[in-house]
Amino acid sequence: MSVEIRTKGVKPLTNSFGHLQRRFGDKPATRYQEATYDIQSTANFHYKPLWDPTREMFDARRTAVVMKDWYALKDPRQFYYGNYTTTRAKQQDAIDRTLDFVEKRDLLRSLSQDARERIIHAIVPLRHYEWGANTNSAHVAAYGYGTAITSPAMMNTADRLGMAQHISRIGLLIDGNSGDALLAAQALWTDHPDWQPLRREVERLFVTRDWFEVFVAQLLVADALVYPLFYQHIDGALGGGGSSALSSLNDHLLRWYEETAKWIDAVIKTAAADSAENKALISGWVQTWRNRLAPALQPIVQRVLGNQADDALASVLAALDARAAKLGLSL
Amino acid sequence: MAAEGNAKPAKKLNLKENYALLTRGLGWEPSYEKKEDIFRNVDFEGVVIHDWDKWEDPFRLTMDAYWKYQGEKERKLYAIVDAFQQHNGQFNVTDARYVQALKVFINGITELEYDSHRGFNMLAREFPGVGPRIAAQMQSLDELRHATTQIHTISQYAKYFTGMNEFPYQFDRVWYLSIPKSFFEDAVTSGPFEFIVAISFAFEYVLTNLAFMPWMSGAAFNGDMATVSFGFSAQSDEARHMTLGIEVIKFLLEQDPANVPLVQKWIDKWFWRGYRLLSLLATMMDYMLPKRVMAWNEAWEIYYEQNGGALFADLARYGIKPPKRAPETIAEKGHVAHQMWSVFYANRDAVGFQMWLPSDEEMAWMSEKYPDTFDQYYRPRYEYWKAQEAAGTPFKNSTLPQLCQVCQWPCLFTESGDPTTLSLRESEYQGQTFHMCSDGCKDIFDDTPEKYVHAWLPVHQIYQGNCFLPGVDPTAPDFNPMVEALRYMGIKPGVDNGDFKGSADATNWEKWTSRPANIHEGAYTDAVRDTASTADVTARKAG
Repeated sequence: MSVEIRTKGVKPLTNSFGHLQRRFGDKPATRYQEATYDIQSTANFHYKPLWDPTREMFDARRTAVVMKDWYALKDPRQFYYGNYTTTRAKQQDAIDRTLDFVEKRDLLRSLSQDARERIIHAIVPLRHYEWGANTNSAHVAAYGYGTAITSPAMMNTADRLGMAQHISRIGLLIDGNSGDALLAAQALWTDHPDWQPLRREVERLFVTRDWFEVFVAQLLVADALVYPLFYQHIDGALGGGGSSALSSLNDHLLRWYEETAKWIDAVIKTAAADSAENKALISGWVQTWRNRLAPALQPIVQRVLGNQADDALASVLAALDARAAKLGLSL
Repeated sequence: MAAEGNAKPAKKLNLKENYALLTRGLGWEPSYEKKEDIFRNVDFEGVVIHDWDKWEDPFRLTMDAYWKYQGEKERKLYAIVDAFQQHNGQFNVTDARYVQALKVFINGITELEYDSHRGFNMLAREFPGVGPRIAAQMQSLDELRHATTQIHTISQYAKYFTGMNEFPYQFDRVWYLSIPKSFFEDAVTSGPFEFIVAISFAFEYVLTNLAFMPWMSGAAFNGDMATVSFGFSAQSDEARHMTLGIEVIKFLLEQDPANVPLVQKWIDKWFWRGYRLLSLLATMMDYMLPKRVMAWNEAWEIYYEQNGGALFADLARYGIKPPKRAPETIAEKGHVAHQMWSVFYANRDAVGFQMWLPSDEEMAWMSEKYPDTFDQYYRPRYEYWKAQEAAGTPFKNSTLPQLCQVCQWPCLFTESGDPTTLSLRESEYQGQTFHMCSDGCKDIFDDTPEKYVHAWLPVHQIYQGNCFLPGVDPTAPDFNPMVEALRYMGIKPGVDNGDFKGSADATNWEKWTSRPANIHEGAYTDAVRDTASTADVTARKAG
């Protein structure tokens, strides 16, 4: 039996959920809005967390930043799980073709031993930097307040694992999948003087508890220095050894960084504009971490860029300062 | 082409080697900060881990593979969801009573997926080992997916039916939604090892099939293509989560014998907590699905007694015993659905969905499925209430029920072996008396009273006057405490609650679809044309 349904002219009782109507009026909601706004519990929590008994399970007091509305921190990319995964899947398909191209032609393995060692020394240890960023991003996603910030932080956590694995693949393309380049890079990360100051700051972030400070230090300051330094300046210097293959692999990281920066900037700009106290707090964090991270990067940058190092550092710091000013911060 | 000294062809990696190379070496031993300052939550529960690298990664998914695999699933799912919305699929379900079950789902379950996402994120931050952290991250992302896809599919229903429009608000406030809310908050506020045993093992591994199979089949039986689609799409994630659950247990038990009693305590606790939560499904399966799949007692036999029995036989070699209170769940299986429905019916003015008494056809089914209990204890009650309805004096509770301090269900359950005596337990703590519904809940309270005294018991809060919106004046002459408490909870009195017959949902359904709102009772309004289904019911009633 076919069921006849008179659906023509059936007007919905309502166009969207009540919490969305109160924010945006009685009109159809986007999928980003449905998946994001007001989803996290805010009231009537039952138990004191055994791991933080003086606060609630979700508690706005886990950062010194105060927002009138935590859902003001929206993601301009409008990512929810579905469009996030399909976007990343598509990007991965594109980079897979490059990886395949480089692998089939042995483009990294055919570099001179010196060039290969320079990449292992200067790029492959960054897989550990990404794993550190994964930890820090997970901290924001776990202890942040409001789905608007924690959902994209979750996606960023996943992104950082993806980037760590992408950099690991560069190592495997150099060592012919033996894993020797990865072992060498780990030893550099944990023991070589060039990398210790940066690892020191990454570990300092692991014990930083204010999740918004972690957000600022990792995603704004550290990434704003590391990404252009390594994937533009140092990439250029290593490319001088004849490796455009490396540039095509690094480009994937840079494109991701540019996309993500849109989200970071929107969050910082909105939070800083919310109150003078927020602006002072965030500006202070940027200043503090800039002053820690810039010297921490000096030895490895010096090693690779030699007398170009100071110019490169100065240029990424100037770009960070300009970006901070544009976001309404005062350093 | 490789440079000199690098001439061997690149090694081919199998999946396991590829995963190991891309994952395992990512972490390092910190030296600038103390490990216990970085991972602060892994020690206080007393679990002993000697070697995190002994963790066998159950998923072996690299991030790129995750994106592609999940992205493909999302493309397929949203194609169906789009089609469902364009074709008004919400009107293809059996009748408008089915939608009442969806209300319980969006209001009570979706936020659990979200809390699970956050809880796993805490593990993703706090576990020192790379393997378990990645597993927790992927599950956290999956749980975010489940919350998201549920919202996106059910939002279509929320536009056409009452009571689904305020799910995050209601989850934090409605009295009976504190049952799921307190369950998950209990887990997230525990330590990381208790959380993962609670959720990954006791809930996902032991009990989740009980939620998935009957509920998904129920959606399929009743024509709910949207729910079937997100449910089955989520199920392939659940398969991974269940693998994680069993891996966690084996890892903990193999690391140190000192972990065995802790794990046993958590299994006992969370089996009981999970059972009490999921027995809400008992009412859904037996009463709310117009076309039923199986009865609760049958589901419990298959998914716990048989499958769980085999599982715990397998874990015996570690010294793990079946959950302490499993015998009570078996003794109750013929009663819980009926006792819960009775309490919801009696309190129908205070719940956010609409209620009905089972039809003759449904009661005949229950007599068959519950030969030892239904006719003796519950049929007479429903027949009495039907007579009361017919006489124009329907039975209603005008007060709210006593809640259990632990599971937060009303104390509605009966003593094992004595279905006419309510099961009530109490414990003293710091000079106060706390009430529990069962020995299982009393065990939990007595083990950690300092945690459970903080429970936000909605009925207590309502009676203490803490559940009114700002500006409400309890001294005003027309002050109605029940109406004000409902408004605080986000339930619209006279719209979201009460009797199904005559409700906006029932009336709109018949107007919009020309089909009966309750397939067992025939048309409530003359908007229903004399279709085959109505004729069937009429014929059956006449017969």
